[in-house]
Amino acid sequence: MLELFLHLLLLFALSPLLLGVIGKTKALFAGRIGPPFLQSYYDIWKLFGKGLVISRTTTWVFRAGPVLSLAVPVLATLLVPFGAIGAPISFAGDLIFFVYLFGLSRFFTAAAAMDTGSSFEGMGAAREVTFSCLAEPTVFFSFIVLARLSGSLSLDTMFGQALNTAWKSAGPSLILVLACLFVVVLVENCRIPFDDPNTHLELTMIHEVMVLDHSGPDFGMILYGAAMKLFVLGALVVRLVLPGSTGNVLLDTLLFAGGMLLLAVLIGVVESIMARLRLLRVPQLLVGTLLLSFFSLILLLR
Amino acid sequence: MKDLNPKLLKNGEAIPLESVATLDFDDFSDCLLAEVRKQGRVVACFGVPAAGEGSELELFALVARDRNACVAVYRTRIGERFPSLTPNCPQMHFFEREIAEQYGVVPEGHPWLKPLRFHNAWRPGADAWGRPADQHPRSGEMEFYRVDGEGVHEVAVGPVHAGIIEPGHFRFQCYGEKVMHLEISLGYQHRGIERMLQNGPHPATMAQMETIAGDTSIGHGLAHCQVLEALSGCEVPAKAQSIRALALELERLANHVGDIGALAGDVGFLPTFSYCGRLRGDYLNLTAALCGSRFGRGLVRPGGVLFDLDPALAGEMLARLKGIEGNTMGALELFFDASSVLSRFEGRGRLSRSVAEDLGLVGVAAKACGVPRDSRFFHPTGVYRHLFDDLITEETGDAMARARMRSREITVSIELLRRIGTTLPEGPIRAPVGPLKGDALAIALVEGWRGEVVHVGLTGGDGRLRRYKIVDPSFHNWSGLAMAMRDEQISDFPLCNKSFNLSYCGFDL
Repeated sequence: MLELFLHLLLLFALSPLLLGVIGKTKALFAGRIGPPFLQSYYDIWKLFGKGLVISRTTTWVFRAGPVLSLAVPVLATLLVPFGAIGAPISFAGDLIFFVYLFGLSRFFTAAAAMDTGSSFEGMGAAREVTFSCLAEPTVFFSFIVLARLSGSLSLDTMFGQALNTAWKSAGPSLILVLACLFVVVLVENCRIPFDDPNTHLELTMIHEVMVLDHSGPDFGMILYGAAMKLFVLGALVVRLVLPGSTGNVLLDTLLFAGGMLLLAVLIGVVESIMARLRLLRVPQLLVGTLLLSFFSLILLLR
Repeated sequence: MKDLNPKLLKNGEAIPLESVATLDFDDFSDCLLAEVRKQGRVVACFGVPAAGEGSELELFALVARDRNACVAVYRTRIGERFPSLTPNCPQMHFFEREIAEQYGVVPEGHPWLKPLRFHNAWRPGADAWGRPADQHPRSGEMEFYRVDGEGVHEVAVGPVHAGIIEPGHFRFQCYGEKVMHLEISLGYQHRGIERMLQNGPHPATMAQMETIAGDTSIGHGLAHCQVLEALSGCEVPAKAQSIRALALELERLANHVGDIGALAGDVGFLPTFSYCGRLRGDYLNLTAALCGSRFGRGLVRPGGVLFDLDPALAGEMLARLKGIEGNTMGALELFFDASSVLSRFEGRGRLSRSVAEDLGLVGVAAKACGVPRDSRFFHPTGVYRHLFDDLITEETGDAMARARMRSREITVSIELLRRIGTTLPEGPIRAPVGPLKGDALAIALVEGWRGEVVHVGLTGGDGRLRRYKIVDPSFHNWSGLAMAMRDEQISDFPLCNKSFNLSYCGFDL
């Protein structure tokens, strides 16, 4: 019970901080002071205190999008171990459940976007769905590698202690998996070089353009949900790098939280030194990542 | 045998109106087309209601002969309808739409006759589209070109945009992500500046000229002053010429540096984006050191300039420039060295040289396609006569070429500033401006940072302005943007748009 509480506390309390760290890192590179670390918390708080404007052309689907985009990461997080805190829910095959939970949220976000009838949002939905299609096999190939290494089909074991020995026996394979999962984190969370979360140019947006019509608490849920999604997917990467356990729950948790912040810094660095990819190039890069993940499996089965 | 040789005039020169022969429309049309075939380009074309009663309209066309450093003037008369020249001379298309909207005359056979700025006709009761005269036309209310078919969809952007920019409406016909056609509808900021100048110049005129396009205050202010100086026969002191050129180059630097920063921002490349934002401010502050206004408002006035530049300040400005130059080069290097940036810009929004020439593009957009267009070089005035010799062009005509053009012009402008700053003459900074000559026509071509700014003044018998024509470089170049978007990805539109960075209000007037 305590573990479940700690698990959710980490998620709810820490996830918006990641966005703050990314923002600060980018500001540092640009020679600016940048918004405070807690800016995302202020933003979410502000949005929850606001009213809602809902287009008359929309239906219940439009309202369901934000709810799912918040609920899904919360559910998904229960399947993922945070540092030494094991996953509260775990069953054989939960990796498929994990992937398609995000699929469900994506479906509703895209449906909500198309519900507005805006040409921008339709374009955004088309882009998002296309790119996710290409990212999904990468995730599965990576998971298959981990499943084979750990001999289990549940995320808790796949990202558990078994990784310690796996790094020794199948290091090259795991490095490829790590690279693939990092790309997936960037794609799924619409970061540069795939998408620019800070742009104001609707025609270039992917994810942001789908949520243009949401406002107030609905938009707050989307922002919070996005921060959590980054946290959950990021947790997989961090867990992969820091699979060890010191035996002390507090120390492990601190180590995990530190790893998460480091990941945020890394994302900030990538965003600071790279330009966005051309939209046509994104699928090419994703196919490349897919091949990489396939290769990591071959490396393992060799 | 009729004498069809046109009257020629130089940049910043005035000629008596009577020296321009009025041709038959057929001769006018033949001459104009022949001129354009011989590398001439229409810099201005406008109507003036003929003196006396009746609804006749006098039509003036000014064609630049860049190689001979002069402008040929043609004049004719038209009634309510006239055969359109656009089918044979595409660069006339906006001019004809403009004339149709202003005077309610119809250019017959114009392939794309739609309102340009959505205002009532200047002559009551005459509207080329039969719109009611008692109410203001609604901006953007016209038949947009449409593509039909499976998988074809229409995307409307603006007039209100997501960023803090000017209003304009863009209508895309897309097949998936591919743009088949883009139509641009402007006019949201039409202020009627040309009409305000009738019977001018007025006390407020100079301030209005500096706000035709806020980022080209010096360019437009200078062009206006040169027209008035030409019409009054005023000789501008050498020192004032130097200060004017200094301000014009500083304006170019501030905008080019800001543009490169904005281009970097559009592709999410933060290093150059952040640097250039600050550096733009540094250049603006240099202008402020000169005259107290970051945009150079109140500096250029008919007869000279209002603020003197003593050698001590000139020395200090050059020293500051040295420091800013180093930073600018660093920011540019970051931009042009990053492979992720290059891959984003190369090949985007490509315009061929022939399209650029057909549409009569000017400035950075034209030079990026390999078309040599620079009035500092071909029609120099003041210090440009002996200090400017660096006409730059790029070949590829894509967004990369436009970015590179800016980067290279930055280097040239800094060098030019140094030359001007170190050869600053002594003497007065302002000469008195007498009354304007009656029944005269004068033209000024100023190479603003975006391209060639053209002002034409036409006085009546009383020495007041009868007609004043302003052509901002954006007037020509918006069609270039529309063409550059053909077969491009719609997601690349912001990038292409920024690489042209055209003025909405300079077009809308």
